[in-house]
Amino acid sequence: MSYAEASPSVAKWARPPVGRLLWPTVILATVALALAPAGALPAWTMKVPAAWQPPLAREISEFMRWLMDRASLSLFSVRDLTRAIAWTLELPLAAAKALLAAGIGGVVPPIPWLSLLLLGVAGGYAAGGARLAVLMAAGLLYLAVFGQWASAMITLASVLVSSLLGAAGGLLLGLACVRWRSLERAVGPILDLSQTMPVFAYLLPMLILFGFGPVSALIATVIYAMPPMVRVTILAIRAVPEEIRALGVMTGCTRAQTTWKMLVPSALPALMVGVNQVIMLSLNVVIIASMIGAGGLGYDVLAALRRLDIGAGLEAGLAITVLAVLLDRFAQALAAKTGAAPERDPRRLRRRRFALAAALAAAAGFWLLAAAAPALATYPDDWRLSTAPYWGDLVRWINVTFFGALEAMKTAVLLNVLLPVKRFLLALPWPWVIALVALAGVRLGGWRLGLLVGALALFVALSGLWPAAMTTVYLCGVSVAIAAAIGVPIGLAAAGRPRLWRAVETVIDTLQTLPSFVYLIPIVMLFRVGDFTALIAIVLYAIAPAIRYAAHGVARVPPALIEAGAMSGCTRRQITTRIRLPLALPDILLGLNQTVMLALSMLVITALVGTRDLGQEVYSALAQANVGRGLVAGLCVAFIGIIADRLIAAGAERTKRRLGLA
Amino acid sequence: MAHPILAAREVSKLYGPKPERFLRDGRLAATPAELSAAGIIAAVADVSIEIPRGETFVIMGLSGSGKSTLVRILAGLTPPTAGAVLFEGRDLKTLSEAELIAIRRRQMGMVFQHFALLPHLTVLGNVAFPLDVQGRPKAERDARAREMIALVGLEGREDRFPRELSGGQQQRVGIARSLAVGPDLWFLDEPFSALDPLIRREMQDEVLRLQGLLKKTIVFITHDFDEAARIADRIAIMKDGVVEQIGSAEELVLAPATPYVRAFTRDAPRAKILTAKAVMTAPPAGADFAGEVAATARIAAFAHDVERSEKPFAVIEDGRVLGAIDRIAMIDVLVGRERPGGAA
Repeated sequence: MSYAEASPSVAKWARPPVGRLLWPTVILATVALALAPAGALPAWTMKVPAAWQPPLAREISEFMRWLMDRASLSLFSVRDLTRAIAWTLELPLAAAKALLAAGIGGVVPPIPWLSLLLLGVAGGYAAGGARLAVLMAAGLLYLAVFGQWASAMITLASVLVSSLLGAAGGLLLGLACVRWRSLERAVGPILDLSQTMPVFAYLLPMLILFGFGPVSALIATVIYAMPPMVRVTILAIRAVPEEIRALGVMTGCTRAQTTWKMLVPSALPALMVGVNQVIMLSLNVVIIASMIGAGGLGYDVLAALRRLDIGAGLEAGLAITVLAVLLDRFAQALAAKTGAAPERDPRRLRRRRFALAAALAAAAGFWLLAAAAPALATYPDDWRLSTAPYWGDLVRWINVTFFGALEAMKTAVLLNVLLPVKRFLLALPWPWVIALVALAGVRLGGWRLGLLVGALALFVALSGLWPAAMTTVYLCGVSVAIAAAIGVPIGLAAAGRPRLWRAVETVIDTLQTLPSFVYLIPIVMLFRVGDFTALIAIVLYAIAPAIRYAAHGVARVPPALIEAGAMSGCTRRQITTRIRLPLALPDILLGLNQTVMLALSMLVITALVGTRDLGQEVYSALAQANVGRGLVAGLCVAFIGIIADRLIAAGAERTKRRLGLA
Repeated sequence: MAHPILAAREVSKLYGPKPERFLRDGRLAATPAELSAAGIIAAVADVSIEIPRGETFVIMGLSGSGKSTLVRILAGLTPPTAGAVLFEGRDLKTLSEAELIAIRRRQMGMVFQHFALLPHLTVLGNVAFPLDVQGRPKAERDARAREMIALVGLEGREDRFPRELSGGQQQRVGIARSLAVGPDLWFLDEPFSALDPLIRREMQDEVLRLQGLLKKTIVFITHDFDEAARIADRIAIMKDGVVEQIGSAEELVLAPATPYVRAFTRDAPRAKILTAKAVMTAPPAGADFAGEVAATARIAAFAHDVERSEKPFAVIEDGRVLGAIDRIAMIDVLVGRERPGGAA
């Protein structure tokens, strides 16, 4: 027995364990390089020589200028083409705005608030029953009572139009990808890029192509919101059982019949998840879009942020959240209804029809009334409420009372965590960092992955934005580490406790739907501008997936394994550390992946509070209308995101395979 | 002579890199060893069958035997690598897309293992779906669908959605749908494998009842020999893509062509499969019969009488005495004992 045990361990020591010694060696070397005195390494390793940097930014800018000023497609110029596209897209947007906010030619007024309230409640009732009707009423009343109605309608119009375009476009593109595999291979990387690249980066080309205004904002929103719909469509259509396809062939369906009568309807519940995402993402970029003239609630939040008016910002931000929740629940109810049993009791059916007809009639009547007496169309000013002053007072009070404590906390974190990490990363020579990234890629996913991530890192280095990129890595890295350190334990704790989970879920849902600007305001007021403020904002925004995936991963561990652990005499702690955690690791890693992505997408927003990273690069390029610089910086952010994504995904895949879960 | 409604001629389906190199003159020309050395899987290897009109033909095999691939080839869902499928004498390969669609719309129906009901349509909508695809007017297709729903005994559930039904009811919907176009050829691809044993029996009875009414040509796939024996006129037993034997259940039980078929049929319920004709012995001279049984009667039907009598029973066909059957002979056959000189 003892011989049998001894021999493998002897064998293990006989060969030098390269794999095991690799990382300690690498880490030691990294520390040594970072601590090396200033003159110890050749200068080119610390700063990429200007001669090596291709003038990418300048060339992109020049190309855009050429495209708009001189390029011609024989019959018409590029400028004519983009103007034509803009004009076409303007139509549905203008129609929605006319209906909801502006009215038609001064003759027909926009839908008055009471009519829309009635319609919303009736629609909610028809789609999701009494509960949704109450939610609709409460949400729409909030918009009216807190004076957000007018802005909310402008936002609603653009969100509706962009969601519709995004969902329809995503569906068609997804269907095309299912049909032609080569198209899917071509589209995949573009989807990755458009999601990891900060929206700001492609706002700029939009501005130049389509001019300053709502249409550019609309296009940028659609581009940002469409990728999940494409992905969901591909997955949902592929997940339709093979037998249903065979049924299509056997009943003699044409290709169009198979798609529109079988595949799309039977995938509808899954597709609605994508529609939901499109709506949510559209709302997310509402504020950013308002920077290039979309107006609406986003503009209100932005203006409040500039004035540091926390109350107004919070109320407008909350209005965005209210819109998000209403649209989300409505879409979900519609999706659930498609597969549910219909109401069969004829009496209740009749009553419901009557209620709906009455609501419609009342709404129409009120509209006519408003056309005759315009004063009725808007919510009376006298009935308005605002909590804005109280919020301002609250923050002021906290600031006065706890100034010392807050300041001490901020300084402690800055001095002990943020600055050392930043200094360490900036002191590393860039060729070494690229080598490290490539090495990690090779170890985790093989040569191809290593080459890919190495090349992406090299691009970042040669773009001339290396210090900004390392600042980005530092800010994101620390934020993600903190988010994981807080989020994963919360997720683990909440997984087995349904009531705690519901509470946690409510909080993270709110954090995610609340536009990121909104909680920047109180943080700025408490800690003023700087890296620490950015850190808190990023952590708050990016913590949700860390919690969610950890909880999800733990909940998915088969109960039989936990019972087996209990029967082997594990304590609760042992069950957690020996069974739950290892088996949930792949999911936790995927959660971290999402956390990194969210952290990166928050970067540009934190640029507003004075960080010096790639986000700032993009933001100031936007301010100067410097397309090339903005795009290159945006690409750098996207590449950092892709590197992190690929490495973590490869790691998760490896763990999964080791655990036999794949 | 009329064509069989469906025939497969030397059909093969190979999966793997460049399978064409193992074909010669449109036929598989390689041993299983050569194929597996080249990393090629022969899901169906050189299968020929003919199914005359009105027959219930069962393709049977364990999972991985190629039975599902074969039925997909027969239904034209998958093109064979080699060989031809003839529907009413016409090679499916030579038909245009439009002709193929026309055949499927009017002459073929299929029932699927996992029902393949469309979740967004009601029972009525699902059953009417094949007619909807053809663009028939709503009134006509609804009337036809209601008729089919009544046929499978689901009246009153027309406006239910699939997920409101039990598995057995869902498959009844699948059956109704496959019959809605009045097909000549009816494919049932493991239709009852996803159901509980009791329900499965009930559904087999349902198929027998419908077949008694409608007289379709049935191609039925199963992995369950008892099920095959209950409903089949003829059974093809498949293993590793090859048809090991084709015959009636009785022939398979009494004269298995290969050890595999023998192993498969060893535990079959012989009393329900074997007929008097198959187990009778030559009539003893000057016999004193206790009674008569018909030559086509299954043992289970007369076992009780034979068992209680010391004397043999006469086996009668067209009023003639064909042979005799006694207690010992019957028990020998039922337990599968070899009998020197026995009828087989």
